[in-house]
Amino acid sequence: MNYLEINNVSKTYDTKKVLNDISIKVPQQSIYGLLGPNGAGKTTLIRILNQITMPDSGQVLLDGKPLSPNDIANIGYLPEERGLYKKMKVGEQAIYLAQLKGMDKKEADKRLRHWFMKFGIASWWDKKVEELSKGMQQKVQFIVTVIHEPKLLIFDEPFSGFDPINVNLLKQEILELRDKGATILFSTHNMASVEELCDNIMLINKGEKILEGSVKDIKQQYKNHSYDVVYKPFDGGEEIHQTVNSMNPNDVIREIIDKGELVSFNEILPSINDIFINLVSSSNKS
Amino acid sequence: MKIGIIIEREYLTRVKKRSFLLITFLAPIFFAALMFLPAILMLNSEKFDEKKTIAVRDESTLFVGKFKDTDVNTFVYIDNDLADAKNLVREGVYDGVLYIPGTSLNLPVNAEIYSMKQIPMTLTEYINSTMKTVIEHKKLLASGIDPAIVKAANTSIYVQSIRMSEDENVEKKSFGEFEFLLGIVLAMVIYFVIFLFGNQVMRGVIEEKTNRIIEVIISSVKPFELMMGKIIGIALVGLTQFLLWAILTTGIYFAVSAFLPVQEVFSTGTAMTEQIMETAANTDSNEVLTKAFDIIHSINFKTVLWCFLFYFIGGYFLYSAMFAAVGSAVDNETDTQQFVTPISLLLIIPMVCSTIIANAPDSSISLWLSMIPFTSPVAMMLRIPFGVPNWQVVTSVALLFVTFIIFTWLASKIYRTGILMYGKKVSWKEIFKWIKY
Repeated sequence: MNYLEINNVSKTYDTKKVLNDISIKVPQQSIYGLLGPNGAGKTTLIRILNQITMPDSGQVLLDGKPLSPNDIANIGYLPEERGLYKKMKVGEQAIYLAQLKGMDKKEADKRLRHWFMKFGIASWWDKKVEELSKGMQQKVQFIVTVIHEPKLLIFDEPFSGFDPINVNLLKQEILELRDKGATILFSTHNMASVEELCDNIMLINKGEKILEGSVKDIKQQYKNHSYDVVYKPFDGGEEIHQTVNSMNPNDVIREIIDKGELVSFNEILPSINDIFINLVSSSNKS
Repeated sequence: MKIGIIIEREYLTRVKKRSFLLITFLAPIFFAALMFLPAILMLNSEKFDEKKTIAVRDESTLFVGKFKDTDVNTFVYIDNDLADAKNLVREGVYDGVLYIPGTSLNLPVNAEIYSMKQIPMTLTEYINSTMKTVIEHKKLLASGIDPAIVKAANTSIYVQSIRMSEDENVEKKSFGEFEFLLGIVLAMVIYFVIFLFGNQVMRGVIEEKTNRIIEVIISSVKPFELMMGKIIGIALVGLTQFLLWAILTTGIYFAVSAFLPVQEVFSTGTAMTEQIMETAANTDSNEVLTKAFDIIHSINFKTVLWCFLFYFIGGYFLYSAMFAAVGSAVDNETDTQQFVTPISLLLIIPMVCSTIIANAPDSSISLWLSMIPFTSPVAMMLRIPFGVPNWQVVTSVALLFVTFIIFTWLASKIYRTGILMYGKKVSWKEIFKWIKY
């Protein structure tokens, strides 16, 4: 079942078409990657989902129903450009933001303290935000994004500004949230994390959808039938590494076992990064 | 309601600030000091003066016995010559020597006073006025005029201006100077308050934008709610400040009254005023009191207070909506100038015209400025103490409120687009385009 469906959404600013007839389906309890170069229209699409911007045409369905103001409580949004009030105390501020999402003050306080413990920042509750390091501020922002336990989470470049340890922590949290039932929309330029986390992806460029599907299928679709072969020749030389292009892997193997002892044989699948660069540069040319 | 949560935050973060507490509590002390200090100083002024003994060397012999001793000053007439007298001053026998040269033909109009330390102003003034009286007296006598006649002929005229109304029985005394002053003070307060709090709204919007917290917030509430929450929250901060000022000033007034002999302080003050009045206008003290009473009764303070509240709210909302729009359009405070200047000019116009309005509160320029919503809050404050026909007040307030609703709506459209625009120097043209989005 699809938790989020975007049907034929278009948006034009002045004369510039920022989004052109975009449709996507995000299955419930999956992680969906929204990829595209800068200025592709990702942020506009995300703002439409958050009802910050209205689409010129098209429709957004959440849980099968058109998006309505009540859905604010069902969505958690971590924008790319994010910040906090510098002069306000951390705990106070987190409660304020949770209240704006429609949470009760007491409940927000309780859950926040739990999350602060979990992230090891409980002692910062009464500190002013300006006293926190950037990484800690990012943690606070992550917490306020998920505090109201939304069914749809939207992360725009969630890992920027985090050190590798915290990136890992965050990845674990994101996977855990999905396992608990959340549907996650994830926009990033970090292709490694896309391969690691996303079930499905969409690639947009200049407001047009140029690719959509599951990460596995896309890799299969764009593979160029090359194989990494390692074998030890019978004449007793060093191990030989070879990259072979062939439509018929059985023939390759047959050839090799005549020459020596096969050590390993692996299909080389293109990385999402390669696919991204190829598709975007070819779509920019046309 | 989410707007309630926003109002609460905007209000509490400002009220809890150290600067707010400081201004709120220090200002009444300052007001109270302004009220009491002159009176206290006046009462104690003699304590600050050192006792002085002045030698008088009067060669003209016209002023013998004319300088009277007071609590602080003693006058001693001497016959020594000037050089001798100066030496006595040096030796510390006298604090100073007043030398009035003898003249053969004319009456003396100059005198010199020698001293080691500076002679207090009050003393030179006393000598001056005493000499003046004596000389004038002599001159009158020389011209064959009895000084008593001159004194009797000295008159002061007071023109009482009385405002009539349709009702024969309702007539109101009016006192131009007082109403003028009250109007100017009220207009200044409205002007500063609109500027001060309007600026706070603008700074708040810029803060949210540069903090980049804005996108998180508007994914939870409508931009309009955020803008209005901020405007209302800051308005409440302003009203709280007024209220606390009023309470604290009154409190301090009564507290000080209890500890200080205020009765004495003020009676000295009144006595002095009476004295001045008496010499200047020959009015007796009863008349002075009646006049003060009349002034207070001639002004409808209830109307003034209500009007102040309405025009503060209306003017503040109108301008703060514009300031919010400006704040949303820029990236930092230094870029605000080109937008703030024209807005400020609108507010400054009635300030520039304030004397014209207060001089002729019923003239057509006063009427127009108090009707146009951008100038009416300040202009009407200048007119209100003189009494303004009800229909004018009602029309003006209605116009102001309709305009502020329209402008808030327009501002929210600009705001909605502006808060998400970064790194772009915007022009007026661009801003007007946002209204259409």
